[in-house]
Amino acid sequence: MLNITKAPTGIAGLDEITGGGLPRGRTTLLVGGSGSGKTILALQFLVNGAQEHGEPGIFVAFEETPARIVGNADTFGWNLDQLQQGKQLYFMDAQPAPDLVQSGTFDLSGMLAALGAKAEEMGAKRIVFDALDIVLALLSDPAAQRREIYRLHAWLLAHEMTGVVTLKADGNGQPFGFMQFMVDCAVILNHTVVLGVSQRNLRVQKYRGSSFDENESPFLIGRSGFEVAVTRTLGRGRAEVTNERVSSGVARLDTMLGGGYYRDASVLITGFPGTAKTTLSGAFAEAACARGERTMFVSFDSDSNEVIRNLGSVGIQLDRFVDNGTLHMVSARTITGSAETYLVRIKTLAKEHRARCVVVDPVSTLSKTGNELTAHSVAERLIDWSKAEGITLVCTSLLDEMSSQSEAGSPLQISTLADTWIHLNYLVQAGERNRGMSIIKSRGTAHSNQVRELILSDSGITVTDAYTAGGEVLMGTMRWEKESAERHAAEMAAVTARLRNVKLEAEQAELEARVKLLQVELAAKVTEQAVLARSAEAHERELALGRDRMRELRGSDAAPEPAGVTR
Amino acid sequence: MKPDVFSFRLYIAGDAPNSLQAIANLAQLCETHLPDRHEIEIVDVLLEPKRALTESIFLTPTLVTDSPYPGHRIVGTLSHTEPILQILGLGVAQRRAFAGLKERDSAPQLRRPD
Repeated sequence: MLNITKAPTGIAGLDEITGGGLPRGRTTLLVGGSGSGKTILALQFLVNGAQEHGEPGIFVAFEETPARIVGNADTFGWNLDQLQQGKQLYFMDAQPAPDLVQSGTFDLSGMLAALGAKAEEMGAKRIVFDALDIVLALLSDPAAQRREIYRLHAWLLAHEMTGVVTLKADGNGQPFGFMQFMVDCAVILNHTVVLGVSQRNLRVQKYRGSSFDENESPFLIGRSGFEVAVTRTLGRGRAEVTNERVSSGVARLDTMLGGGYYRDASVLITGFPGTAKTTLSGAFAEAACARGERTMFVSFDSDSNEVIRNLGSVGIQLDRFVDNGTLHMVSARTITGSAETYLVRIKTLAKEHRARCVVVDPVSTLSKTGNELTAHSVAERLIDWSKAEGITLVCTSLLDEMSSQSEAGSPLQISTLADTWIHLNYLVQAGERNRGMSIIKSRGTAHSNQVRELILSDSGITVTDAYTAGGEVLMGTMRWEKESAERHAAEMAAVTARLRNVKLEAEQAELEARVKLLQVELAAKVTEQAVLARSAEAHERELALGRDRMRELRGSDAAPEPAGVTR
Repeated sequence: MKPDVFSFRLYIAGDAPNSLQAIANLAQLCETHLPDRHEIEIVDVLLEPKRALTESIFLTPTLVTDSPYPGHRIVGTLSHTEPILQILGLGVAQRRAFAGLKERDSAPQLRRPD
């Protein structure tokens, strides 16, 4: 079995797509139109190999002078001069002289011999042939071209070097098509303009002996070189799910959500213009910063300072966090390009800032860059990425007032992807426009299903219950009226109750008094009865005494009857 | 007047057919057009790859002319001699002129009025 080992390119995304890098000791073909980024990709492959994997590399330049290539790559901060001095990187200027005279056929043996010597000298492991088509074009016939390509291929195999050959593809034809059959890996770079928006794509066309992501992946040439956007690939480890909650910045909203957002949640706040989407996300940012978490606030609509000033007017003071470095404000108005560019820039900035919380306001701008299909996938990947990084992401999304009055979903359809979806709405009633807030969904949390009223004041955001009367939600002044009416009624009820209480107390007191009186009377009666009994007894005794006395006086001789003697 | 001596360096890659052809073609060319006015050095890049590197010889065979000034590089088997001769200042016109001069020397009446 062939054992394919891979040479990592060190290019964000490309290694994921290819499952680890380009085939080691084999040839990779890189095809693309002019300005599609072939040279940069190839050079970055060498630079990363030299810097990170200790694999020196040779760059054979057929089209540009090495000085120009080095100059162009200077902006990426790759330290090419240092690498060249350290014999980690060697540029060979193999441009055919413009006044080259040709007489008869020739081949590349000279170059390969020279390269062989150089490769041996510096122990090179990687080699790039940039714009091989230039030299192939000098060859008279396809047979000769083919022969030279085979020669090159054989040479690469013999020297066990990982080779990258770049070729220009112009239009639809692939000029050296047979080369694609020969190589072990082919990567196509594509640069198109869709509706005026530049779009770069990379696709791995073949990769012998390895699985790879076959789809087109958008890429970007960013500040530090190539960055390929990877869609979710199978088997990629997802950061573990947490139960940790983070505050939304509005106490009442936290309660509604059963404790706040989840730590790794992506939150979508939708609403029409002016429904306080930015304010709500600003509150989240402030709360995050107050917890000491590094936060990034990306604003597509306004300048950073404007955002800070505007949020300051509702009591959200962000400037102090900007000053101490916790908060990084990004005004995305300064970023130009496709949705892809935005995504990569956001990712890069977040990484640089080591952000734990990210606010994107509004994410719907992505769909305005002309390519709705990509914009959707970008939004999807934004959410994927934040989840993988364990970042709490709050996105706002503008709803088009005309299209979807009925909360029909955000333009990017990320509402299905978001974990928590908060919808802000206006309620026009009795000549007023008031802000209503409802939680449409919140995965994994019990949440209130009531529409609440969102009130902005200079001391912050408060969420209050909206009144429902006769099936209608009351807000603003009507709510206030209703509230005061209820307050009044409640006060009246309280007074009435108090009055009744007093009355009852009086009645009780009266009854108690009566009870007392009766008891006294009772006692008097008892006493009277006792007295009566005693006087009756005394009388009886008196009578008895009297009888005895009378008997004595009569001188009766009859002996007194002994008591208890029956006759 | 002593004619210039042409000094050639021919870079070849071993015994590749291209290279062998170039050697033969160069020898023939010199014999035909530059008898006794040429020097030829043959460099085998397979044996001296460092030289190919320092002298930027990437395509073989390559013919380098150092003198007369200015130098030239000619790539290929040298099978088409005309362009080479032209570069070396030995094009058809010059050859005619040269040949004509010789002819005139030997036969003064070039054009016969009639």
